[in-house]
Amino acid sequence: MAIENEQPAVGLSKVAVSETHGEDSPYFAGWKAYDENPYDESSNQSGVIQMGLAENQVSFDLLEKYLEEHSEASSWGIGAPGFRENALFQDYHGLKSFRQAMANFMEQIRGGRAKFDPDRIVLTAGATAANELLTFILADPGDALLVPTPYYPGLDRDLRWRTGVKIVPIHCDSSNNFQVTPEALEAAYECAESMNLKVRGVLITNPSNPLGATIQRSVLEEILEFVTRKNIHLVSDEIYSGSTFSSSEFISIAEILEAHDYKNSERVHIVYSLSKDLGLPGFRVGTIYSYNDKVVTTARRMSSFTLISSQTQHLLACMLSNKEFTENYIKTNRESLRKRYEMIIKGLKNAGIECLKGNAGLFCWMNLSPLLEESTREGELALWKVILNEVRLNISPGSSCHCSEPGWFRVCFANMSEQTLEVALERIHKLMEQRKSKET
Amino acid sequence: MTQTRFSRTRTPEPEKEQARGGGGAAMRVIVPLQGVVQGRGGLILGSIIPCALFYFLQFYLKRHRNDQDDQNESNSPGQNQGTRSPSSGQLTELPGLTRNLSRALLSPRSPSGPVSVSGRVSGIVKAADSPYYAGLRRVKEDQYDELGNPNGVIQLGLAENKLSLDLVKNWLAENAREAILGNGKELSISGIATYQPFDGLMEFKVAVAGFMAQVMEKAVSFNPSQIVLTAGATPAIEILSFCLADAGNAFLVPTPYYPGFDRDVKWRTGVEIIHVPCRSADNFNLSITALDIAFNQAKKRGLKVRGIIISNPSNPVGNLLSRETLYNLLDFAREKNIHIVSNEILAGCTHGNEEFVSMAEIVDLEDVDRKRVHLVYGLSKDLSLPGFRVGVIYSFNEEVLAAAKKLTRFSSISAPTQRLLISMLSDTKFVQTFITINRERLHRMYVQFVEGLKKLGIECIKSSGGFYCWADMSGLISSYSEKGELELWDKLLNIAKVNVTPGSCCHCIEPGWFRFCFATLTEKDIPVVMERIQKVSETCKLNR
Repeated sequence: MAIENEQPAVGLSKVAVSETHGEDSPYFAGWKAYDENPYDESSNQSGVIQMGLAENQVSFDLLEKYLEEHSEASSWGIGAPGFRENALFQDYHGLKSFRQAMANFMEQIRGGRAKFDPDRIVLTAGATAANELLTFILADPGDALLVPTPYYPGLDRDLRWRTGVKIVPIHCDSSNNFQVTPEALEAAYECAESMNLKVRGVLITNPSNPLGATIQRSVLEEILEFVTRKNIHLVSDEIYSGSTFSSSEFISIAEILEAHDYKNSERVHIVYSLSKDLGLPGFRVGTIYSYNDKVVTTARRMSSFTLISSQTQHLLACMLSNKEFTENYIKTNRESLRKRYEMIIKGLKNAGIECLKGNAGLFCWMNLSPLLEESTREGELALWKVILNEVRLNISPGSSCHCSEPGWFRVCFANMSEQTLEVALERIHKLMEQRKSKET
Repeated sequence: MTQTRFSRTRTPEPEKEQARGGGGAAMRVIVPLQGVVQGRGGLILGSIIPCALFYFLQFYLKRHRNDQDDQNESNSPGQNQGTRSPSSGQLTELPGLTRNLSRALLSPRSPSGPVSVSGRVSGIVKAADSPYYAGLRRVKEDQYDELGNPNGVIQLGLAENKLSLDLVKNWLAENAREAILGNGKELSISGIATYQPFDGLMEFKVAVAGFMAQVMEKAVSFNPSQIVLTAGATPAIEILSFCLADAGNAFLVPTPYYPGFDRDVKWRTGVEIIHVPCRSADNFNLSITALDIAFNQAKKRGLKVRGIIISNPSNPVGNLLSRETLYNLLDFAREKNIHIVSNEILAGCTHGNEEFVSMAEIVDLEDVDRKRVHLVYGLSKDLSLPGFRVGVIYSFNEEVLAAAKKLTRFSSISAPTQRLLISMLSDTKFVQTFITINRERLHRMYVQFVEGLKKLGIECIKSSGGFYCWADMSGLISSYSEKGELELWDKLLNIAKVNVTPGSCCHCIEPGWFRFCFATLTEKDIPVVMERIQKVSETCKLNR
């Protein structure tokens, strides 16, 4: 045949070829290792144990019981009255009953200390989409958002990739348990200014990922004061709000606003999802709750790109409107998570490992800095590789969370059975024993 | 196609007025300006200078007006809808200017005034009152019901297919529960609750590949590993837009086109659409000449064209692209080294005798050049399940697939929905029955509806796909302009109480064309609709 085309192959966009999706970082590399050699209690006992995925599997039994007993929900909106509307329904306002149920659920999680208006709820296919959507709405390409470190590695992708927005870190360190300080906020703002970046907002995750701890009331007040003074936005990702071990320790930004009579609230937006608290990441359910009318309207229209299946909305509307179920679920889930947390902390302590004092989330923030050959990022990654390849545990290195102090690791504990967790703790114990004997 | 969708049309209102009836307006300014120069300097000074001044004046006014509008917006978020009050004809977005200026305008330097939002927000707020959305809203407020609300507004503006919903419903009633949860005997939540691959379960891809082949009558087979699934065709189109073009680049799109493209292709991506006009003289078929002209015009404007987006069957016209046209398109794309996106979401809604040819079939036969071809598909139209949110990107380009896969994390399909549909789509007997009956019903409705319109003296373009007809009502409009068209649309909505889509929303270059969706009706409703339209058509004829 004729000579192959000399012209360059048909090109792709910068977005398509950029590395901003971040999937080549250790955070995701560990997952690949797990995928290739996953631990299984019976069939692959030497496989890699996944401790890098913040999934909540401790309360599946509650969900199954609900579905068994409530066939109208599990018939998925297919019964006579609702089906037609359900199948055809793709209004970006979302099912009213579902939004109402979400608002109630969010109130319950906060012990009734804050009220939520269902008409301010915008539905998205997951918190990932919610964070990206808000970024599209609050910032232009080239602008910046300030985010406290360490933070969830996915934010690098969710906030930056398609939006063209930059993240400027607010540095936190262990001297005060990684809490945000007014000085750190100012420093980050100035850093952005010196790079000629226009700061459009601050994004916090409360409870924090990867710290596994709630943000204190005084710190929330300071952050709110800061964003008000600079006239910028505040996004509070409260995806782990239902995963606090005790209901009283979590303070939502919504409560702070209520205490201030909702003054200046049009700059505040809350992100929530059922992926962590309800353990349903496969359902793809996220929400944006905004106190700003324009943001609500725009977010709603933009949610066309990321709608939740009407069938899923219907099921969850049934489930979350059932007060008995939700109260019991929230309480039991908290208990189960707390027990797991205590189990892993105890196990780690026996092995001589300290963790940050945590009170929420599906993970703990572990300090392995004493084990580092050198107190640098490279040292941390070297240790991470050893843990992945020899100990065969996939945990997340602090550097992929942009932690400024090397040696910290995020360890997830809720995505496995208790037995598997025991196995993991044993392996860690063995590692520490080996290290100790090497030293002596 | 979908309800309450935002449509961001690019009708350059002010320029049009100038061109048509506004020619007089221009002269009314130039002549006095010439008077200023006292006719001295001959043609050059006497005409060019006033013209130049006129041009600069217009430009200044445009910029200043834009400033004002946007300032108002950022200063009074609560009342912006009220102060704007666009009536049905005023689609005030000025292409290009809004996006470029918005950063400066909406971002106050000093922290005073309400906290500002991004430039993307302003475009949305302005366009939300286009006829497309205004009509949908009216129907919502006052929806026709045979018994309960016989004087309500009849919905003919939403491309939804209710004709065969009963078939789907019956299948689900019998099979759903097991389909979603029952892999074995027990209820298993972990199969659907946990994180799944963002671009869809492999089983679902296999089922979708099979379904697509069935829909296209086995003329082509689809490879599941070339499929990326996402929550609807809407994100599918946006994802391809992000992958194939950079901000500031452009796609060529034949007009009239689905109003949603303005949002899906352009909004968050910053990519432009260049219109390639199709005309009634060609039955609105795409001409390669027109494509070429549009491409060259884009080049002159300094816009880099990255691809062509076609819809086959097309929306709103409903015609099919011939095999020959598809070959020519491929040649054109090859020559210019650009992509082709073929939106085939209505492939299962073809009716009548014409042959439907998928772009995938053409590519199959020619081994080279597959990397530039991408298909978009979905279950919203063919299976009448828009609520379930299932969209498909099918590509022959590994890199595009890899990038698209990663982007689906922002728009994944709910796992239980995938499970349910795996079961349904794998029931090939059901699928076959459904496709056949659906086509029959569509054809019947189409024939009756077109007949009905014909009796009123309204002709439609011959359509072989989709559930609408593209009707020529230019004989009924008072002035052959967009204004005239929108006046008629208004009468249809408020007097005849039928919501239809005016051609200007679809960027049709000829005024007077309307899209009537008939698949939300039953056969009984057709006479009612015709009677109502007659009311308006009679008065329009009288007034001319």
